[in-house]
Amino acid sequence: MDLQIALLLGQDGIVNGAIYALLALALVLVFAVTRVIFIPQGEFVAYGALTLAAFQAGKTPGTLWLLLGAGALVALIDTVIAVRAGALGRLKRIALWDLVLPAVVAGLVLWLEPGDLPLVAQVALSLAIVVPLGPMVYRLAYQPLAEASVLVLLIVSVAVHLALVGLGLLFFGAEGSRTTPFSEAQFNLGTLTVNGQTLWVLGASAVLIVALYQFFGRTLYGKALRATAINRVGARLMGISTTMAGKLSFTLAAGIGALSGILIAPITTVYYDTGFLVGLKGFVAAIIAGLVSYPLAAAGAILVGLLESFSSFWASAFKEVIVFTLIIPVLVWRSLTSHHVEEEE
Amino acid sequence: MKARLPFLVFLGLLALGPSLLPEFYVTLLNYIGLYSIVTLGLVLLTGVGGLTSFGQAAFVGLGAYATGYLTTAYAVSPWLALLVGLAVTAAVALILGFLTLRLSGHYLPLGTIAWGLSLYFLFGNLEFLGGHTGLTGIPVLELAGFKLDTGREFYYLIWAALLGAMLATQNLLDSREGRAIRALKGGGLMAESMGVNTARTKTIIFLIAALFACVSGWLYAHLQRFVNPTPFGLHIGIEYLFMAVVGGAAHVWGALVGAGLITILKQWLQDVLPKIFGQSGNFEVIFFGIMLILVLQRAREGIWPWLVRLVPVRQGQRTVAEAEALPRREMPVAGTVLLEVKDARKQFGGLVANNNMNLTVKAGEVMALIGPNGAGKSTMFNCISGVDPVTSGEIRFLGERVDALTSREIARRGMGRTFQHVRLLPTMSVLENVAIGAHLRGSKGVLSASLHLERAEEARLLAEAKRQLERVGLGEHLFDEAGSLPLGQQRILEIARALCSDPCLLLLDEPAAGLRYLEKQSLAELLRKLRSQGMGILLVEHDMDFVMGLADRVVVMEFGEKISEGLPEEVQNDPIVLEAYLGGVE
Repeated sequence: MDLQIALLLGQDGIVNGAIYALLALALVLVFAVTRVIFIPQGEFVAYGALTLAAFQAGKTPGTLWLLLGAGALVALIDTVIAVRAGALGRLKRIALWDLVLPAVVAGLVLWLEPGDLPLVAQVALSLAIVVPLGPMVYRLAYQPLAEASVLVLLIVSVAVHLALVGLGLLFFGAEGSRTTPFSEAQFNLGTLTVNGQTLWVLGASAVLIVALYQFFGRTLYGKALRATAINRVGARLMGISTTMAGKLSFTLAAGIGALSGILIAPITTVYYDTGFLVGLKGFVAAIIAGLVSYPLAAAGAILVGLLESFSSFWASAFKEVIVFTLIIPVLVWRSLTSHHVEEEE
Repeated sequence: MKARLPFLVFLGLLALGPSLLPEFYVTLLNYIGLYSIVTLGLVLLTGVGGLTSFGQAAFVGLGAYATGYLTTAYAVSPWLALLVGLAVTAAVALILGFLTLRLSGHYLPLGTIAWGLSLYFLFGNLEFLGGHTGLTGIPVLELAGFKLDTGREFYYLIWAALLGAMLATQNLLDSREGRAIRALKGGGLMAESMGVNTARTKTIIFLIAALFACVSGWLYAHLQRFVNPTPFGLHIGIEYLFMAVVGGAAHVWGALVGAGLITILKQWLQDVLPKIFGQSGNFEVIFFGIMLILVLQRAREGIWPWLVRLVPVRQGQRTVAEAEALPRREMPVAGTVLLEVKDARKQFGGLVANNNMNLTVKAGEVMALIGPNGAGKSTMFNCISGVDPVTSGEIRFLGERVDALTSREIARRGMGRTFQHVRLLPTMSVLENVAIGAHLRGSKGVLSASLHLERAEEARLLAEAKRQLERVGLGEHLFDEAGSLPLGQQRILEIARALCSDPCLLLLDEPAAGLRYLEKQSLAELLRKLRSQGMGILLVEHDMDFVMGLADRVVVMEFGEKISEGLPEEVQNDPIVLEAYLGGVE
């Protein structure tokens, strides 16, 4: 290996690491707020990328029908609950978010022929389809079990992951897709060639991380989420709805997931089941951080990205094995540093 | 006999199966049997023990590849290969368990996801294991001269293995170790205080689950006669968990029901769905995913409990057999110092909950620890019993320093306790709850329990539990669910449980709370009797009539410190105590 290759691998690793960092942040966020280990995060990555790819191929993405269907189902369930509780005031809100919004998105997609639109509009439409699925998934799968143990929530996550992967296969087929890059530019830094897309990924990740930081530090909703993460009961007593917190954190996670997918789609071919492995690598990073610390998770993600790109050079067949074995020393360290009998909830 | 009728009918049908059914159904039943063995391990691990693994398919793979490789490359006997497979599986399970079981609950499942994925990629990439094409030409299994070369013959081996595993699991759960396993979910802290090594118990069930999976893999390899990585991937591991949850994760028979249902459903969906969607692919996962979510939301217990209600089986009269009493500890002579707390201090971050606490308890006396709410009495209890160790200071029990020991080791030395907030297993019977207290007085392990070779010891443990329950006045409720007792009686149950460990020092945290007048009187009577037998009792209680009529000495605490100590009458007239309780006279 010479310097040239090392730089190339390093660049690759950092780009992937940036994506894993975003996913790890979302996973830590969701776990802290809802105690859900969000295995389906990866499916949002794949949905984001493949929805965009479908637009560019001039097709109507199947995720649109999922959005309409899930919205109708949520509306139906919530309407029944609202009517039974005599709280008819909720109906307007339900209709707006679960029926009108998806219908507007569907109308735009069918009317605009997104294949001819500029990239920015395509990305915006893809996000408009995939992101609302986050809170809907929370409403349908997790909210009825919000008080269940971490273990039950984890099993639900696995079930949601299975269902979404199956739907992904149904919508997008078994073939992978790539999208057109955000920028074709190339820069030469000494011997190293940097692609425009690389800069896009790094830039977007940095912007998102700063935005999240601001959101949690400065805004009322961000603080509400942090409060829920620290103490659910306490937050509730202060008037913070844990349902709102759950939906909001899932919206953020879905947004981060879909955007990550859109960012990597020009670099690697995305298949319907790609998201799972990508998401799991975000997980490895999150576990390194013990599912609590955001900066550690980001650092862990870069480590995972570098490890992955260098091991793909040295032992490409075993690259997944190496990455997933990384959590073993982390677990050793964690199990040696924690030594009290804790009472499970 | 009547209660066993459904089971006998089931066995009869099972035995006739291969001679009546067409090939297709025999094959299906073979797979159901193989999957049930794996699922059974998950029932023990997840449903009963409250832990989860997504990596069971990888353990199946270890069993299959061990025999696949050894029998084809080195022509080793399949039976020897089974032993090697079990040894490798045990080693991996022990390492994984060591790494993850001491951490909070979700690290094991996450660890097993990584492990399941890694092993799958390893199987697919190692040259000597045939890569993604796998290994072929695995020899036919021979059993006592018979060649098991068709599915119809293999059927009997699979189902014999499954029924054996089910019997062993059921036996295990109905034993001393089984009670410890059942205490893991929701009672870890209590179990530790009763002397159960919960980390060891968790490792054991993880190990058993892995070994079951390994056996299933070995059977699979010799049934199929070839192996490739596909059936050992993470998705199959998830499917096993699925079978356990749908069938009824807390029930041995749930494994069979779940595995059967999911296998048949999968077969059917794989036929039907491609026709509906007009393309082929793994679409059944959509349905399985949604079904699992609905089961968890609507019927978290799974299908088995619901099935049981359909078949009216009357439970026979239950009794506890008389048995020889367990050997007892030699009680210290009345007046010996049992417990000595010296300058104990407990801090939670910046909060000092106990400071400069000093007290002693002697054999044959009742020492009462009183004080207003929040004075730090329960914290003191937790420090003494090792549940939450002191920050500094010294605690001696029977002359030995115990402040660095775990609650389990302290319990072994003869200290029994109850909890302020009752900690028992609500769905287990009163008798079994109390028998957990006698955990350290038995010694038979998992193996003899699964073969029910420990019935003599078990009878003595249960007889002891019954004796203690009768002693505290709960003899009528032996087989009631512990959770169905009123709170006051649940506290009394905890006393019986503590007594079951044959302690010489008893720590009682508010034992009289929630009791009626007569019940309080009989409790006081019991404590007097224990005292006269040489037991030392440290009592936290708010009922002053109860305390003052019973205690030999009293220590009063406020704001984490001792403010007074002496005979009951002295303490009652101490102006500092009066001020602490009633406020100062202005």
